[in-house]
Amino acid sequence: MPEHDVLIIGAGLAGQRAALAAAQAGASVAIMSKVHPVRSHSVAAAGGINAAISVDDDWHSHAYDTVKGSDYLGDQDAIEIMCSEAPQEVMDLEHMGVTFHRNEEGEMDLRAFGGASMKRTAYVADITGQALLHVLYEQLMKHHETVARYEEWFATSLLLGEDGLCCGAIAREVRSGHMEAFTAKNVILACGGAGQAYKPTTNGLIVTGDGIAMAYRAGAPLMDMEMVQYHPTTLVETGILITEGARGEGAHLLNAAGERFMEKSAPNKMELASRDVVSRAEQIEIDEGRGVGPDGAGIFLDVSVVPRKRTLEALREIVNLGRDFAGVDITREPIMIRPGQHYIMGGVKTDVDGRTPIEGLYAAGEVACVSVHGGNRLGANSLLDTLIFGRRAGEHAAARAASMAMPGVDANAGLRRDAARIDAILARDRDGGGSASPRRVSEIKSELGETMNRHVAVFRNEQGLQSALETIGRLKEEAERAYVDDRGTVFNQDVLGAIELDFMIDCAETTVVAAIERKESRGAQYRTDFPERNDEQWLKHIDISLGGDGGAGRPHITYSPVTITQWQPEERKY
Amino acid sequence: MAEVYDRPPEKFKLRLRRYDPESGDAPYWDEHTVELEPHRSVLEAVLQAKDRYDGSIGIRCSCRQAICGSCGVRVNGEPALACHTHLDAAKAGAREGVIEVEPMGNMSVIKDLIVDMDAVHWKKIQRVTPWLIAKQPVPEREYIVSKESMVDVTQTMACIQCGACVSDCLAMEVDPGFIGPAALAKAYRFVGDPRDDQQFERLNDLAQDPQGIFDCTHCFKCVEACPKDVNPMGQIMRLRRIATSDHHIVDQNNGERHEAALTGLVRDYGLLHEAELIPRSYGGNSWFAKFHPAAGKELLSSLPTALKGVLRGKIGLKTAVFGHKIPSRDLKAVQSIYDKIESRPERYELNLYIAGEDEQLEKPSGDAVAAAVTHESGGKEPDTTEQGGRA
Repeated sequence: MPEHDVLIIGAGLAGQRAALAAAQAGASVAIMSKVHPVRSHSVAAAGGINAAISVDDDWHSHAYDTVKGSDYLGDQDAIEIMCSEAPQEVMDLEHMGVTFHRNEEGEMDLRAFGGASMKRTAYVADITGQALLHVLYEQLMKHHETVARYEEWFATSLLLGEDGLCCGAIAREVRSGHMEAFTAKNVILACGGAGQAYKPTTNGLIVTGDGIAMAYRAGAPLMDMEMVQYHPTTLVETGILITEGARGEGAHLLNAAGERFMEKSAPNKMELASRDVVSRAEQIEIDEGRGVGPDGAGIFLDVSVVPRKRTLEALREIVNLGRDFAGVDITREPIMIRPGQHYIMGGVKTDVDGRTPIEGLYAAGEVACVSVHGGNRLGANSLLDTLIFGRRAGEHAAARAASMAMPGVDANAGLRRDAARIDAILARDRDGGGSASPRRVSEIKSELGETMNRHVAVFRNEQGLQSALETIGRLKEEAERAYVDDRGTVFNQDVLGAIELDFMIDCAETTVVAAIERKESRGAQYRTDFPERNDEQWLKHIDISLGGDGGAGRPHITYSPVTITQWQPEERKY
Repeated sequence: MAEVYDRPPEKFKLRLRRYDPESGDAPYWDEHTVELEPHRSVLEAVLQAKDRYDGSIGIRCSCRQAICGSCGVRVNGEPALACHTHLDAAKAGAREGVIEVEPMGNMSVIKDLIVDMDAVHWKKIQRVTPWLIAKQPVPEREYIVSKESMVDVTQTMACIQCGACVSDCLAMEVDPGFIGPAALAKAYRFVGDPRDDQQFERLNDLAQDPQGIFDCTHCFKCVEACPKDVNPMGQIMRLRRIATSDHHIVDQNNGERHEAALTGLVRDYGLLHEAELIPRSYGGNSWFAKFHPAAGKELLSSLPTALKGVLRGKIGLKTAVFGHKIPSRDLKAVQSIYDKIESRPERYELNLYIAGEDEQLEKPSGDAVAAAVTHESGGKEPDTTEQGGRA
């Protein structure tokens, strides 16, 4: 049974940064991912990373923008940490080898991004996430003696000791089907969000809420789950992301009449208002019949106003995306986009060192909710979040590991339980054994995603949310009987897909429960039946944990206060 | 909007190469018919077959937008990302209209379309010391480096490690130990990075390795295969140019001398003088070179090939011994190209991230053609007609 000081589940930016920090602090580290680390979805983050590195900038300004962007739901102590540590973190990454774009003086260049009061987004063309991820992976290869890599291992559950401490995880090697229990003094979850619970989504097929669901089942509370970000510019047909960097470089949003409609809702910032504001403005245009395209379901993003040379140099990836996935030359004509699910602000509740309320269990990145994003994340703050809190979690976990012995735990029960769960999925009867005929995993997943996108999107109301909750309840039952075709052990993606479906359903259920609970409009949660922000009653986090008064297996709601240090809530205008 | 994107769904026939390592059976073809709009991707087609008909179809995939690098396969025999290949284009290139999807080459198959990237691709990446060895002292803030240099290495940074180039590398097919296009492109990412402290050491290592930069045979397969315009072969040639022209590394593989011999002979004769190539490659441009022992041995070993060429009339005996003769006007023209290129104070190198003239970028045949030219280290925009690097 492998033993490590720190076991990290997920190898995107947060996980790799945590691994590096823990290794550099002297811990023995294992990093595990269900895909090869460079396939992690951090790779798709395009636009850049925010940090107040300009001599004219001040991290307080970055922090204020983040607080305002969060619609005052972000915890200001955590935001202060993130923004004040950002410049050094970005410099550290530069020293590791990230090829940040330079200005004519050879210093890091900065671009404008939504919700920011000045240019503070460092970038590598529009492949910033890829560049960061690949450079961190270079560092993992460099530190191969202190960081064990378990690539293509699928974590199935967390291992809890008798005292309730987290002391490892159970995982299945994808290639062989071999099940293994990993013992660790600390586990850091860094396995991303749950975008695949939506259809369409900008997120990759691997983003299935594994970490959120595993922590939830282990008893950790989830926070801000109702806050689901719809990105203003995703391709109408496929949901593929067009970076905010496009608007940062000056691109316009136009309705069917050719109007820059953002002047109605954000006369100052226009296209560079925060994402929740822009997505709502677009949805209003579409809903009121001013959309473009065959069904009027889109908005035009006009990049052709950006100088062509600049577009080809700094937005090359979306030039290719436009050409290959929409047949549009974005340097010459507008491209049709619409708001699409992109990010979840919520996740496993942590403190500023990544600690969850379960001792020995940490979380960082999109899987976690510190909360620095509150009701709405600013563009280019997600990469920063992964790096800052990934590093802090890695450092803290390494320090904790140094002060304790390896926990003695009998992992066999957990191992047997998870192996039996997989065997049971493989054994599911295709014709249902007499009861209503079971469905395929893919069908259930599809219905889940469409339900979420219909009722738990930019605009929400009680009726829609209740109907979504009802559907999710039915899908949960169906998922228990869903059958798979692959009965093998080698690369059985089918059976892992069934486990992922269960994870996504947990994420969807807690999202809807929280969205029903929050009877106001704040950030990404816009309730048409409660259209105002209500600080008196709802300036607080909604925490959801499994069990408790809600009954076994049911989500249980509690609240926690928002930390306010120096910025009192104000009306939000862009 | 482009009308081509408004077409209704059509039926497409897929023929998937399947392999189940647990069955004991040989690989086989598995056919499915899917229904999708023609501009949808081969990946979406495979996933439709997987979702609707057979969940056991194995394929790595995630982002669906050609950035995660998971879904490298061969479509109709050519390496590609499944998510980056449109169904209509794939059908047009298919035999009898059936789109064939197979696992990549040069790597062993684990299951269906999933190959062992670790044993080949990633092992080779680790061969090139794939991390920055930063110049000391590390500055407090960022390294001050030219804008062009960072944009330049961003082209190799754009590699998504999909393995398409490795799949199609002819040199690797013959010599599995060849470091290969992806890893050498990765090497350029550090060699070209002004913040790296080990440019000479890296280049010397890759030049002296018999399976290093001089093992590439310039077949262009990797350039065609790359879905991200990384131009791996171009990066290998740049490694060679920096190794030989800047660092004057003379390698034990004779790569540097061979290139010098080849370009020198073309300058002298206007065409390649084959009989002189081997002596010069070993002994340099001198009369005594002919008596270099290694040259004699290789000449002897290549005699059967030369004789066959003479017998089949591919070369005349006179040409074989004395070389080609071209009209002096043509020879002058060839030599003037050399003069022009060599008289430049600095080399020009291709880089796709630095945009040049509009006319070039409008060519529809992909970005390799659309490459603009830029100064390797300077800041000014060069004349785009003077494309290309040093001979």
